[in-house]
Amino acid sequence: MKEIKCIIWDLDNTIWDGILLEPGAVRLKPGMKELLTELDSRGILHSIASKNNQEDAMAQLKVFGIDHFFIYPEIHWNAKSTSVEGIRTKLNIGPDTLLFVDDQPFERDEVASCFPEVETMDAVEYTRLSDYKRLRPRFITEDSARRRLMYLEDMQRNQEESAYQGPKEEFLASLGMQFIISVAGPDDLKRAEELTIRTNQLNATGRTYDYQELEDYMRSDDHLLLVCELTDKYGSYGKIGLALVEKSEEHWRLNMLLMSCRVLSRSVGSVLLTYIMSQAAEEGKTLLADFRQTGRNKLMYATYRFSNFKEISNDGNGNILFENDLSRIQKYPPYITIHFPS
Amino acid sequence: MEHKEKIRQFITRNLTVFDDEVEFADSDNIFELGLVNSLYVMKLLQYVESEFDIVIENEDMDIKYFSSVDNIARLIERKLATV
Repeated sequence: MKEIKCIIWDLDNTIWDGILLEPGAVRLKPGMKELLTELDSRGILHSIASKNNQEDAMAQLKVFGIDHFFIYPEIHWNAKSTSVEGIRTKLNIGPDTLLFVDDQPFERDEVASCFPEVETMDAVEYTRLSDYKRLRPRFITEDSARRRLMYLEDMQRNQEESAYQGPKEEFLASLGMQFIISVAGPDDLKRAEELTIRTNQLNATGRTYDYQELEDYMRSDDHLLLVCELTDKYGSYGKIGLALVEKSEEHWRLNMLLMSCRVLSRSVGSVLLTYIMSQAAEEGKTLLADFRQTGRNKLMYATYRFSNFKEISNDGNGNILFENDLSRIQKYPPYITIHFPS
Repeated sequence: MEHKEKIRQFITRNLTVFDDEVEFADSDNIFELGLVNSLYVMKLLQYVESEFDIVIENEDMDIKYFSSVDNIARLIERKLATV
């Protein structure tokens, strides 16, 4: 079972006791604020699917001092499955990383019937959430603790982007993006492990690597472990990319390449690939790349193919080996400043 | 709307240059003309799949099928014919 990335909460008789639209005050559930705070610090996101009046509900959350925890809240009278799908799309994460908490069996069933991969939980069980294993990431990294803020920065970017009238590339240029490629150091390993676990769409093999393996590769003379960070005028997206290259006499072999889905819309996915291709070409090597079809990573397949990689073997079970003769290496996009390893 | 017209509109929305400066024929190679960045094929791929309700298979993921309005329309028609 995958780690949960976001909890979608109902409000009435779930976050608080009582029903907002009925007479009498609602009361925050005991320990709820502490629970939200604790999970937030682990990098778990919170959102809302509630049938209520949006203004009243947000005002009540403010009174309780917990309104800032929730991103992309869906508060209206439509089906909760619609709300869940709306939140999932905006966060760009898989349904199997969502937990839906509601006191009403009807609502839980309605969500489960549309999205069987979404785990549902009765609100009476909320006290066991802080110990629930799918909510206990192995490491809390700097990036996980900042996750909510990074998504808030994304909201701001997206608003500005949809309001922008000129050409797309001009907008991207206005962001002042900096793409920083570096050789992984000891401080990067926890985040590197987390990336191999959390990344699905732009992930060449879907294989997870644990801390110890990554440390071995970091220290190996025959391997190159690269991490990338992306920043722009709104702040840092954090460490969002990872690559593992195996170096041998004749060729370089890209064992792993992944990029966080949060930067999909920024068209930076191929920057790291271009860097690795250029380096391999400079050393006079050809480049091989391992790929495993996972059903979720079609965009990564496209990234390789459109970068002129050709399949040289395919076992029919989704295990593919690509080769690139490096005769054509695409340029870096002009709207990004790239920093190379020193 | 005809396929080519939809594709043309999508390309125009994603131009790297201002649209009122640009004219291109259905047979023009949009990458060679520098009208779009090569990174944009990813968006085009997603657009074509969702707009025309087709699945682009591994063997279709070749940049030549995406290089002009004509070629993209041909790919879409081929896919629609095999559904």
